[in-house]
Amino acid sequence: MAEPLNILDITHVTKRFDFQGTQIVALSDASLTIRKGEFVCLIGPSGCGKSTLLRMIGGFETASEGRLAMWDTPIGKPGPDRGMVFQDYGLFPWLTVAKNVGFGPAARGRPSAEVAETTKRFVDMVGLTRFADAYPHQLSGGMKQRVAIARVLANEAEVVLMDEPFGALDAMTRENLQQELLEIWERTRLTVIFVTHAIEEAILLADRIVVMSPGPGRIVADEHVELPRPRDPTDPDFNALRRHFSGMLGHH
Amino acid sequence: MSPPASRFGTQNVILALCAPVLFLIFWHVSTAGRAFSLIPPPLEVGKQLWDLAFGGVWDDLYSATLLEHAVASVSRVYGGFLLAAACALPLGMLIGRVALVRATLDPTLQLMRPIPVTAWLPLAMIVFGIGPTSAFFLVFLGAFYPMLVNTIFGVRNVEPRLFEAAVMLGVSPSALFWKVVLPASLPSIFTGLRLGLGFAWVVIVVGEMTGVQTGLGAIIMEARQLSRTEIVISGMIAIGLLGYVSDYLVQLLGKRLLRWSPQHG
Repeated sequence: MAEPLNILDITHVTKRFDFQGTQIVALSDASLTIRKGEFVCLIGPSGCGKSTLLRMIGGFETASEGRLAMWDTPIGKPGPDRGMVFQDYGLFPWLTVAKNVGFGPAARGRPSAEVAETTKRFVDMVGLTRFADAYPHQLSGGMKQRVAIARVLANEAEVVLMDEPFGALDAMTRENLQQELLEIWERTRLTVIFVTHAIEEAILLADRIVVMSPGPGRIVADEHVELPRPRDPTDPDFNALRRHFSGMLGHH
Repeated sequence: MSPPASRFGTQNVILALCAPVLFLIFWHVSTAGRAFSLIPPPLEVGKQLWDLAFGGVWDDLYSATLLEHAVASVSRVYGGFLLAAACALPLGMLIGRVALVRATLDPTLQLMRPIPVTAWLPLAMIVFGIGPTSAFFLVFLGAFYPMLVNTIFGVRNVEPRLFEAAVMLGVSPSALFWKVVLPASLPSIFTGLRLGLGFAWVVIVVGEMTGVQTGLGAIIMEARQLSRTEIVISGMIAIGLLGYVSDYLVQLLGKRLLRWSPQHG
């Protein structure tokens, strides 16, 4: 097997922004390697650079220093291999659920029979079969986020980047979507990088939690979560971990 | 979501008829039976409108000429409107999306925008002569700006997130215009079309003051000079109805094209 073990290599990455004439360091000297199939949560308070790091992996921002590589190839522009799920969904309001899901394959010129088949498979996977012909404005927030997830899966993303995807949803919907996401991940074994500021969400989902801290944004810890799946938030071990990460983030 | 038509349709029709019926009554009471009323009562106008449309009442110079005048006005309105759309839409897209074009053309166009269409009338008559071309030009000008302004607004206000989403899904930069900009700005462009067509109907009367022989604006101005006020009002009613029908057709088109938009669908 010539395939390298690490799907993503992030080495000594720094990101500076110009803000009204002064330089802001959004992320300072971050290094991280992610293995294929890992579920990694980036966690930290606002301004810790977690979204900046995610957006650099997505190709939406470029690093000021350091190197980001996927399969040992430097990351350039955004592309279908790194599917992004935004907190505000970013669905195309003029397309139906089915057309949104089939957008990527169609845009990349796949044959229409294949597009139709892929679309159906992923619309079914996220449980929106009955809403295939609905427009985004007719959907609830949770349903919109299902569409957003389905469209990056339909587009054969290898890495799914999720930027606080469930942050705008109510608690019940969030729990459902967390479970569905885990089921999809267990079936597809995709690499997921998931940004959140909710400790419980990170412990529930992740193989690995990368803790970040602001001023300047940096990585302060990188720990594996060894709890067996499915995880139970009422479990004492779960609570111990929650306390552990809370302490690290300065929560009380 | 609109309520089912069967339940609220009749009620809405009755409500919509209240104002015109009350107005007709007021009009009738304040004009009918007075010897020196300058405004003819509604029944006189109705009779005149019938004669204008089908003849058989007065059988004068104006009898049964409505269709001819309406066709002349409609063709100028739609001709000017379509030409304006053909110019304003591409120009608006270029100004909205290409910085160089915006820097070159936008200041001039914005400087000319506050000039009322009516102020162009004398100049139009000098440049295009007395006749239908001047009318056509004024309709074009009246329809042009609402479409231009709304198109620029539409293509400039595409949510940046949609570009990110499209690029992330594999859309090439050259395809972004067709895949994202155009559909995203369609509601704005459509609003511009609707406003533009409305303005075209407003301007047509002024445009047909420029000495043309046919057209609803022309007979209104001619009847004014002959003190045939009932013909003036008949012409106004005809313009109102035609404008209403044409707006209704545009809205139907919009409902089809913009089913996805919560503001239109």
